[in-house]
Amino acid sequence: MASAVRDLELDLDAFEGPFDLLLTLVLKEQLEPAEIDIAAIVVAFVEHLTATDKIDLDACGEFLVLVAALLEIKARQLFPDEGAELSELEPEEAAEELARRLAEYRRMKEAAGWLRERLAEERDRYFRLGPAPLAPRAERRLAAQDPTLLAAALAGLAEPPPKVSLSHMALRFPPVAQFLERFRAVLRRRTVFDFDGEVAGLSRVEQAVAFLALLELRKSGEVALAQAAPFAPIRVTRPEKERIQQWTVRSA
Amino acid sequence: MDRPLRLISRDSIAESPIDSLARTIEGLLVVASQPLTVEQLADATEDDVERIETALGLLAERYREGRSGIVLERAAGGYAFRAAREAAEACSRLFERPVERGLSQAALETLAIVAYTGPVSRPEIARIRGVAADSTVASLVERGLIAEAGREAGPGGAVRYRATPLFERVFGLDSLAELPRLDDLGADAEELRERLLEVAGARAS
Repeated sequence: MASAVRDLELDLDAFEGPFDLLLTLVLKEQLEPAEIDIAAIVVAFVEHLTATDKIDLDACGEFLVLVAALLEIKARQLFPDEGAELSELEPEEAAEELARRLAEYRRMKEAAGWLRERLAEERDRYFRLGPAPLAPRAERRLAAQDPTLLAAALAGLAEPPPKVSLSHMALRFPPVAQFLERFRAVLRRRTVFDFDGEVAGLSRVEQAVAFLALLELRKSGEVALAQAAPFAPIRVTRPEKERIQQWTVRSA
Repeated sequence: MDRPLRLISRDSIAESPIDSLARTIEGLLVVASQPLTVEQLADATEDDVERIETALGLLAERYREGRSGIVLERAAGGYAFRAAREAAEACSRLFERPVERGLSQAALETLAIVAYTGPVSRPEIARIRGVAADSTVASLVERGLIAEAGREAGPGGAVRYRATPLFERVFGLDSLAELPRLDDLGADAEELRERLLEVAGARAS
């Protein structure tokens, strides 16, 4: 509880009573800050802390702020000249800022006190607590409908949908197999031929398919390929005899 | 003709229509878990505001301390039923008051700051109290006594908080305007400031 700080009972040479009262007396100049043993206040608070099991961080924070304010007031009184020279803040500014903060805090403390009293007065007011009941949802109302419209809508669903055109996917080039047959036929007549010469006059796409067919034949060992230099004509020859036989046996 | 003779039929009892309206309002207030405003009652009963207020006057007379175990009260800008104070002791044996149970001094101070200066952000609360306010604010939000109310201006502005209607209800206020003014305390602060300035002035010279 933060009230632990204010209710802290002090037993000092100059003052005896709660910490709260001490602060008030200092601020009203009814007590000389110079006479207050601040170390003793700190000791009292630490003793109070050790007496309780739990450390209340809020209370500690509040205590630090209040003791720091007290220390500042005391220091300013004890060393007025040095204080004026050392501080970057003008004493008036510092005092005003301190007073403003303390006053603001005191007002809120008073307000908190009023709230506490009010709570005690209202302790015997019992009422129902709960979330607000849900508001009814506006009902959706349909105008009178014509049943033939429903039938028409269903009839539309019953019709088969138009066929999807696949025309754009049609093959626009001959199959690889066509070129496989063509090259095999050429090789049956001749032992060697020139690829470029064979496909001359065909379209670009047809030439590409023909090249794939050639690679197929090479892969299966039906042809041997040779090229003297990059972009030179590709020379296609029959491979050695036994390999053809092997292939023939395998494919049979 | 052996039917019993009825001298007065039910329908012939003269009844002011305001009584009927009062009964409807009574029903609405029993169902509500939060105070209902005159406007809400007018909407629900499809009646006009003046007649609602007249009917509420009738109900306030009927449901008052000493006459009824249920009391009609003005709270948080509306009207609500609560238990009569004489029932409080019995209520306390059966019901908890979780909203205000164990409100610490720090929580009450934070609550005061939000109620008086809200909408106000956490950094602002911390500046006034001189202590970080995060956990206190979170606990007050959880209790439903304060709620988020937008953000401070500018990008990345801190969330601001305000007191809720539940706060008003718990503290028995019709609105935040019923909080006591802190003017007299302000005068005290002014006096305090004068004294501090005198001291500072004396030391500086």
